[in-house]
Amino acid sequence: MNYQVLLSQMLEGTLMSLRIFFSTLLFSLPLGLLVAVGRMSKNPIINLPVRFYILIMRGTPLMLQLLFIFYGMKPIFGIQLDRVISAQVAFALNYAAYFAEIFRGGIEGIPQGQHEAAKVLGFTKRQTFFRIVLPQVVKRIIPPMGNEFITLVKDTSLAQVIGVVELLHITSKWVSSAVDMTPFLIAGIFYLVMNGIVTRCFTVAEKRLSYYR
Amino acid sequence: MEILKAEQIRKSFDGNEVLKGISISVNEGEVLAIIGPSGSGKSTFLRCVTQLETVDSGTILLCGDTLVKNGPGGKAVYADKTTCSRIGLRIGLVFQNFNLFPHFSVMRNITEAPVRVLGKKREEAEATARKLLKKMNLADKADAYPYQLSGGQQQRVSIARALAMEPEILFFDEPTSALDPELTGEILKVIRELAAEHMTMVVVTHEMKFAHDVADYVVFMDDGAIVEQGKPEQLFDSTTNERTRAFLARYHDI
Repeated sequence: MNYQVLLSQMLEGTLMSLRIFFSTLLFSLPLGLLVAVGRMSKNPIINLPVRFYILIMRGTPLMLQLLFIFYGMKPIFGIQLDRVISAQVAFALNYAAYFAEIFRGGIEGIPQGQHEAAKVLGFTKRQTFFRIVLPQVVKRIIPPMGNEFITLVKDTSLAQVIGVVELLHITSKWVSSAVDMTPFLIAGIFYLVMNGIVTRCFTVAEKRLSYYR
Repeated sequence: MEILKAEQIRKSFDGNEVLKGISISVNEGEVLAIIGPSGSGKSTFLRCVTQLETVDSGTILLCGDTLVKNGPGGKAVYADKTTCSRIGLRIGLVFQNFNLFPHFSVMRNITEAPVRVLGKKREEAEATARKLLKKMNLADKADAYPYQLSGGQQQRVSIARALAMEPEILFFDEPTSALDPELTGEILKVIRELAAEHMTMVVVTHEMKFAHDVADYVVFMDDGAIVEQGKPEQLFDSTTNERTRAFLARYHDI
């Protein structure tokens, strides 16, 4: 086995995994916040479709969603998305649903008294949300968010079902052609390193926000 | 001059009437104490006047503006949004549980609203805040966070936060109920000082001695209605009302 070629290909796969990871965060975090706000709306015209969306995204396998977006869009809507873009869309939509529920939990966990104090002081609803509520939500949701980020690093490997050449995809190819398990071990280490960094970031964030309780 | 005038305020929660026609008025520079057993509607009344709840019917005049009055059908009709928020800016409310913003320092808790809501310059707001903190005996706590303070200190910060908005009338919703007796004293002292400066205040309280000593006027509420109201000496020392007597007797026993 030519390790130099193996490693360089695995690094390329890792870059693809990271690309999916970051694009998912970039789109699903803001989308998740929006979905959370929609989910909390008292208007059923907003809240019902949002609940349905969350149900679909959390109730069906991410792998199925990937397959659907890559293979199913053409016959239904007549658009064929590129493999990588399909993966990015599927991941963003899926993770937005999970993030939304985490945001909602965080927002609803802020005591009513905070809203009342802000109202009596004359803050607008927008100011109350962005200056009073959201900063406190961020602190509260760090632990569950850490879980999701770590899961996402590993979930990127699912993108191989639609032929995206990410880390685990490349690795399996090497293993099956060389009948040698070593690449799996190396891939495991790669994932561990990535999640080690993610964990570290969350530890730092938690510490930074420990200036208040 | 009348700062607050409430007439025939009614409010129900799910068909359960908690305010059964409350009428009070407070003149400029006066301190009104509202006493009564738990569940008598005192806090609900305060929440209606401070716009945290809406009334079903009745009239509320605050600082010369009409917040709400009865429409043709006898149902409450509120003033437009602008008027409501203008009235809101002239009043202050101190909560039982302080409700400080935990992620802001003491300084920022006090200055955030003057800066963001009133549009004051930060330096100006901070200078005011420092004066208020000094008055509250908390000059050295400007950079502390709420969790680092005792309950009494937190409540004094929340009073400073309310005062920073320069309200024409200040409402207190059981400001000492979350505090032990020692810390209660700190807060009552602050309210006494404000009274001495002729701050117009409405205080919902279980501290009878305080109500007796500080209030210009006392209202005794029970079961959503005003049982008796009058000067403290009249209500506390020479009442002829059976319910008032029974209520006060429980305090004398302790």
